[in-house]
Amino acid sequence: MLKPVHALRVAWPRPGDPLPGFRFALITTVFWIGLIVALPLTALIIRPWQEGTGAMVAAMQDSRMFAALRISFTTAFLAALLDVPLGIILAWSLVRAHLPGRRVVDALIDLPFAIPTAVTGITLATLYGPQGWLGAPLKYLGISVAYTATGIVVALMFVGLPFIVRSVEPVLREFPPELEEAAGLLGARPWQILTRVALPTLMPAIVSGFGLAFARGIGEYGSVIFIAGNQPFRSEIAPLLIVVRLQEFDYAGATSIAFVLLVASSVCLAGVAWLRRRVARGLIAGADS
Amino acid sequence: MSVRVEDLTRSVTGSKGEKTLLQDVSLDVPNGEFVALVGPSGAGKTTLLRAIAGLDPATSGQIMIDGRAMQGLAPRERNVGFVFQNYALFQHLTVAKNISFGLDVLPRAQRPSRTEIAQKVSDLLQLIRLPDLGSAYPYRLSGGQRQRVALARALARRPGLLLLDEPFGALDPVVRRAVRTWIRSLHEQLGLTTILVTHDQEEALDVADRVVVMQDGRIMQDGNADTLEIRPATPFVMEFLGESLCFAGQISRGWFLADEAHIEPFQVADQEAGPAVAMIRPYEVTLVPEAEGSSLKRTGGRYGMARLLVDLGARSVEILRPEAEMPAVDGTKVNLAISSARLFRDGHLLHGKDPVVSAVTAENIRASEIPAHVLSAN
Repeated sequence: MLKPVHALRVAWPRPGDPLPGFRFALITTVFWIGLIVALPLTALIIRPWQEGTGAMVAAMQDSRMFAALRISFTTAFLAALLDVPLGIILAWSLVRAHLPGRRVVDALIDLPFAIPTAVTGITLATLYGPQGWLGAPLKYLGISVAYTATGIVVALMFVGLPFIVRSVEPVLREFPPELEEAAGLLGARPWQILTRVALPTLMPAIVSGFGLAFARGIGEYGSVIFIAGNQPFRSEIAPLLIVVRLQEFDYAGATSIAFVLLVASSVCLAGVAWLRRRVARGLIAGADS
Repeated sequence: MSVRVEDLTRSVTGSKGEKTLLQDVSLDVPNGEFVALVGPSGAGKTTLLRAIAGLDPATSGQIMIDGRAMQGLAPRERNVGFVFQNYALFQHLTVAKNISFGLDVLPRAQRPSRTEIAQKVSDLLQLIRLPDLGSAYPYRLSGGQRQRVALARALARRPGLLLLDEPFGALDPVVRRAVRTWIRSLHEQLGLTTILVTHDQEEALDVADRVVVMQDGRIMQDGNADTLEIRPATPFVMEFLGESLCFAGQISRGWFLADEAHIEPFQVADQEAGPAVAMIRPYEVTLVPEAEGSSLKRTGGRYGMARLLVDLGARSVEILRPEAEMPAVDGTKVNLAISSARLFRDGHLLHGKDPVVSAVTAENIRASEIPAHVLSAN
C-alpha cells in the first residue's frame, strides 16, 4: 500500500524530468494563464451584474440583442458546415493529388489566418458589392450577397476554411492506404470506401476543424462588418452590437451581450467536444470509455 | 482456386529512373495448395502478392485465377482474401463490424439478412477463438488478436484464395509458432488455396507445401522443402534457407580440392573438372585429428550440438558437432572432412548423378593417401 506521502509525490514530476525547472515553469504558466485568461473571464461574468440585477434583466429582454445573437450563431454554423466539404476536398487534393502548384495552394490556404480581417472585409465587400466582379453577375441572377446574411456566411466561410483544411490534412496524410485497399478487396465500391472507411476515420478531425471554424465565426468581426450591411434584426452580428452598445455608453447592454455570447459559445463548444468524442470511438484510445 | 502467373513483369518509373520490381515471374499454384514466397526484403514477394490481388498493375504478363484472366478486374471482383502486414483493421468499427464489412457492403439483393450476418460473424469469431471480443474496438486487441480478426474479415466472403502478406511479422516468437500451426490447419479445414509471403525461411519450410524463393524480382527456385535442401539451384538459395559454409576449390579427376588448407579433399563422381564451390550446412562436416591442422574453440551449443570456431588461417568458420565428441577433440588440432556438399559452378548447381555429394565420410582419407596424379594435376 502506498503511504499518503508517496501518493502526494506521484502528482509531481519525477526527478530527472526532461523539462528543466518544471515546477517553476508550471507555477509561472499557471499564473500567466490566470492573469490573461481566467481573470478577464471572471470579470466578464461579474461585470454585467454590477449595474444591478434589474439593469441586467432589462438588457436581457432586448430583442435586437437576440436577433444579433441568432444571426451570429446561425451564420457561423452555416459557414462552418459549408466549409466542411470544401475543406475536405482541398485537404484531399493537397495530400493525394500531386497537382502542379500544390505548394502555392498550400501557402494560400493559410492566407485568411495571416491577413488582417479588415482587409478581408473590404476585399469581399468590393468583390460582392453590387458593382463588384462577383456581385454584379450575382445581382443579375437575383442573388444579393453584400449587405445580407448571405454576405456574412461568405465572409465567415473565407476565414473558417483553413481550420478545416489544417485539421483534416495531417490525419489524411497519416491515413494508411492499406485501409482503402482492404475495403476494396472486401468488395466495397469507391463510394462505399469513402463513406464507410475514409470519412469515419477523418471524422474526429472534421469535427475539430468544424468546431474551430464555428468558434472563429461567432467571434469574427472585422471581415464581416464591411459586407454585412449591419441592419439591425437582419444582418447585424453580436460582436458588432457590443461595439454599438459601447458607443452608446450602455455598458450593461454591452456586457450582457458579451455574457450571453460567452455562455452560448461554451455550450456550443462543449457540444462539439462531445460530438468529437462520439465520432472518435475506436479511433482514439479512451474515447469510448 | 488455382492461380497461374505467366511472365509477369512490373516496372515503375521513380525518381531514379526505371526500376524493375518483377522480372518474368511465372508461377503455378494448383487448387488447395499452400505456397510460401520467401526472399530478402526487396525481392518482390509482396509486389507479386499485390499483383495477384489486383492492387498493383503489371507491366506485362498475365494472371489467371481459376483459369479466368484477371486483366482489368478490380480487386473487389477477384474474391480473394487478403491479410495485410499491418492488418489494416478499420479502427472506427468494432471487431464484429470489421468481420462483417465484406458482407455489409454487398448490394441489398445479394446481402444476407441481419441475423444471417450476425450468425456468420459469431461463427467466424468462434473460428478465430475470440468469441467474446465482437464488441471490442481493434485498438484494445493484442497483435495476435488483431491478426486473427484480419483473417476472419478476409474469410467472411468465403474466398477460395487467401493471400497473406508477412502475417507473422509483428508477433512474438511463441505466438508466431502457434498462429503458424493454426493457419495451416485452417487452410486444410477450409480447403483454401493459400499464398503466404514471409522473409523467414524456416516459417516457410514449416508451413507450406511448396516454397518459392525470390531474389531481385525473379523466382530463383520453386520446390518443396526437400528439393530446396538437396538441390538448391544457386548458392543464394542455399544460403537463404539456412546457415551455410562455402569453400572454393577445384574439381580435378573426380576429386574436390579446397583452396584453403585444413580441408580434406573428397571424391566427386562424374563432375567436369574446373573451379567449383562446395557449400555445406555447418553440421555436414567431421573432424579429423591432424598435427598440422587448425585449432578449435567451442563458442556455444544447443540441442546437444556444440558450436565450434575453426581457424582456417585467413578466416574462421563455425561448425556444429555433437557435444559427445567434445572431450575427444578438445584442444587437438584438426582438419575438416566434409561429409556432404552441394557443388556450384558459375552460380549454379552442378548436376551430376547426385547433386549432394556424400563425400568420403572418410574413415580418415588423408591428403597423403590421395592418388598422386590427382594432386599433381592441381
